[in-house]
Amino acid sequence: MTHERKLRVKTLFMVSLMVVCANVGDLMLKRGMARIGEVQPTLAGLARVFPLTVSSGSIWIGIIFLSGFMLSYMTVLSWADYSYVMPAGAFGYAVLTLLAVVFLHEAVTPRRWLGVIFICVGVLLVGQTKPRTTAAAAAAVSEAAA
Amino acid sequence: MTGLPAMTRFAIVLGLLIFGSTGGEIAITYGMKATGEPVRLRPKEVLQFLLRALCNGWFWVGAPLMALAFYALLVLLSWEPISLVIPASALSYVVGTFGAKYVLGEEVSAARWAGVILVCVGVALVAKG
Repeated sequence: MTHERKLRVKTLFMVSLMVVCANVGDLMLKRGMARIGEVQPTLAGLARVFPLTVSSGSIWIGIIFLSGFMLSYMTVLSWADYSYVMPAGAFGYAVLTLLAVVFLHEAVTPRRWLGVIFICVGVLLVGQTKPRTTAAAAAAVSEAAA
Repeated sequence: MTGLPAMTRFAIVLGLLIFGSTGGEIAITYGMKATGEPVRLRPKEVLQFLLRALCNGWFWVGAPLMALAFYALLVLLSWEPISLVIPASALSYVVGTFGAKYVLGEEVSAARWAGVILVCVGVALVAKG
């Protein structure tokens, strides 16, 4: 396996892990906030909700998954460009929409699904570019290969 | 902010979410690049890598911004369906790509710009419902 191919496989694995963790995390946050109810955007409202959020089991499960997301995200950012990783992670929007329909029974219109297709095509385009572009990163690759 | 129309308060808190997440991610990326990648993806080496990251000042600029983004996300999720909130948060792609190009100095190719634009159009359609 060439170094570049290895880098792509490693990046793809970490990005997949990011997507799974981010989606499960977001769904758990939504579940937690649905139970807590609408937040009043005032200081008193935020102060009332804060203890409810830190004592919610669903929100803590969400935080654990989002920490998994952060861990994989920070790790992948140490070798790949931000503008490469960020749109690649957008594939998660398609997964999230599906999960919102299946688990939360949210209504998704044909227009919304069209949007999901646009996202997937955009992600495929982004995936065709090299994961590293800055001079410092390129130097690190040749140093590692030597 | 209670007297504001629902769309306005949604836009304000979404703005906080995007500012916090994009600013936080750019600061953390900057810190991670300075930290360097773990040699192998083994628990011990990943842990050492994370400890090195925690000693980087940029991490501590990024972390509070991400905390702000997190709380803004919780507030938005309490107001609207997740299939609106999460796609709407993808507006950060526009801000983030400009940040990657002009702050981090990353090279953004035409294909990548096209991909980012397609993703944004898709996200806008998803958000329109």
